Amino acid sequence: MGRFLLKRLLLMIPLIIGITFISFAAMSLVPGNFVSSLALDPKISPQVLKQMEAEFGLDQPLMIRYLRWLWQVVHMNFGVSLAYRVNVTNLIASRAANTVLLALASMILSWAIAIPVGIIVAVRQNSILDRTLSFISFLGMSVPGFFLAFLAMDFALWSGWFPVGGSFSPDYATLDTWSQVADRFNHLILPALVLGLAGVASLMRLMRSQILEIKHAEFVRTARAKGLSESRVMYKHVLRNALNPFVTMAGYGLADLLGGAALVETVMNLQGLGLLLLTAVRSLDVPLVMGSVLMGTILLLVGNLLADIALVAVDPRVDFSTLASQ
Amino acid sequence: MSALPRPSLTPAFESARRGDRSRVGQLASAARREWRVAPFTARVSVLCLLIFYLFAAASPLIAPYDPTHQYRNLPDCPPMRPHLSAPADWPHGMLFAYPMKMDDALARHFVEDRSRKIWLRFFHRGHFLTTESPDDPCFILGSEGLGRDLFSRIVYGARVSMCIGLVGVLISFSLGISVGAFSGLVGGRIDNLIMRWCEIEMSLPSFYFLLALAAVIPSGMSTVATFFMIVAIMSFIGWAGFARVIRGMAASLRSAPYVEAARALGGSRTRLLMRHVIPAVLGFAAVNASLSIPGYILGESALSLLGLGIQEPASSWGNLLAQAMDPQNIEHYPWVLIPGVFISVAVMAFNFLGDHLRDRLDPANFN
Repeated sequence: MGRFLLKRLLLMIPLIIGITFISFAAMSLVPGNFVSSLALDPKISPQVLKQMEAEFGLDQPLMIRYLRWLWQVVHMNFGVSLAYRVNVTNLIASRAANTVLLALASMILSWAIAIPVGIIVAVRQNSILDRTLSFISFLGMSVPGFFLAFLAMDFALWSGWFPVGGSFSPDYATLDTWSQVADRFNHLILPALVLGLAGVASLMRLMRSQILEIKHAEFVRTARAKGLSESRVMYKHVLRNALNPFVTMAGYGLADLLGGAALVETVMNLQGLGLLLLTAVRSLDVPLVMGSVLMGTILLLVGNLLADIALVAVDPRVDFSTLASQ
Repeated sequence: MSALPRPSLTPAFESARRGDRSRVGQLASAARREWRVAPFTARVSVLCLLIFYLFAAASPLIAPYDPTHQYRNLPDCPPMRPHLSAPADWPHGMLFAYPMKMDDALARHFVEDRSRKIWLRFFHRGHFLTTESPDDPCFILGSEGLGRDLFSRIVYGARVSMCIGLVGVLISFSLGISVGAFSGLVGGRIDNLIMRWCEIEMSLPSFYFLLALAAVIPSGMSTVATFFMIVAIMSFIGWAGFARVIRGMAASLRSAPYVEAARALGGSRTRLLMRHVIPAVLGFAAVNASLSIPGYILGESALSLLGLGIQEPASSWGNLLAQAMDPQNIEHYPWVLIPGVFISVAVMAFNFLGDHLRDRLDPANFN
């Protein structure tokens, strides 16, 4: 286990450096920088602009700027956002928590729907129910998440049951703790549903094909031959094995979930990492963009790592030595 | 038995590829046979895609109006319904619509003006179906905030949205297949190195990375240049996963008897690659590629929706949907959501078609 963890953690380092460097280089390819967007303001004199440029280190060549940034990051200092004038760490920490909350909520929701439905559909293979649900799931897979988010906003406007976008109510700060929790929850339902529904269809199809594949395996026949009841065969032998790929999916689905969350956040105006990154990209706020990209990468890598560890716990055929040698 | 799927559809395609005399006839009959065995969903998908590509290829003909012309007195006008006219009026036109009049300029509320009729004509003024005069427009899908015809903009937007998938797949397909096949064929340390690189690309937080890279696209760039920038960025992210699949297939081919034989006969590495490995994986790769088209369409839509992709006044289905970013617009002018329906239908059609093709090429389904 120790060797595996060490190897995976060491592999993360070149990965993170590569990703951040490409992003950094891309940002510097853009004509102009954060200061040049201020140049349109007649109240700011050219001398001040020059001074600001020097202060932010924007007049240095690319490599120097990147290495400086990297040096800061190694010392756990992500710099100060140019636009917000706030420490990037604080800004990102609060936003990332919202994004992770949204991703987790939608994941739980989509599993809670997809797994039971997938089981029912697989048990009644080729029935009318199976065909209808499979068709609907295929349709559902094709509707883009951002379009679903628009429809959800429309629904919220029409029904008045849910808040129309936003992470919390305007009077959030004046509420007591329990009302605050309730308020956050109320704002989370619709986005989580939108993001979760996008995943339901593919998870359901995966569940169905998994069960159908395992249903005719020899160990299932053995279990039946032992005289076990049908439900016991289903839950103890078929289901247990069918769930294995879901553990891997949980980690690798995180990338889609993060990306999807970014879009849903922008459409529904949620205070998450995606929306923060978008505004930062638009205003060429380099420290903030780099911080968000780094945060997204780390979330993803840690998610994958956790998924692999969970897989070892669930599947006795996989152990750390085989994972490490891959 | 080789583990690889046989890269062929019906035998007629095969013989057409071998260069039999009546190539066109053979292909046509093969297409007819394919159409007959295709399920209903696949047929509908093909029809939808044909219509959308027709939009893209013949947009000036199909769009009833200039997509950038602003009808200043008709902003956010609701869709107008064409009516069938009485046979006596057919010399004017078989279809007509009632013009819209704004009765509340502040709320942008329109009423039908029943006193007058706008005649719709086929093949008039170089358009497939348009009104008698361009000053009296009939907006079948409504108009947007600046009074431009939404349907015309959707038709022109199909150029970007439908082509981005094809171009993107073409790039990632050729890159993925050459790198993947090479990597699988040579094996050893080079293979290992290339695959590690692919893993790095696959573990990118793709959407965040896409956003960061999209910042490179300067706002003043032409639509065509922006289009190619977006395609390049997305294929850069997309080719790696594809290369890995191809590499797996090529690696199993490395020890296949016919490749060994070719090697024993002194075939160079390039020859092995071009004549033996790539043709064997081509069919499977093509289907796999077609399954990744929706990803490109969605990626472009998302970028344009966020204002980082195709810029006004050019249109793509994504940037048309950007109007819906304001909840006020959704509430009062729900037709701003229509471009999203087009995106969904296109993605759906590619998914159904790809799924069907995959089933057709699956060796388990051959008998």
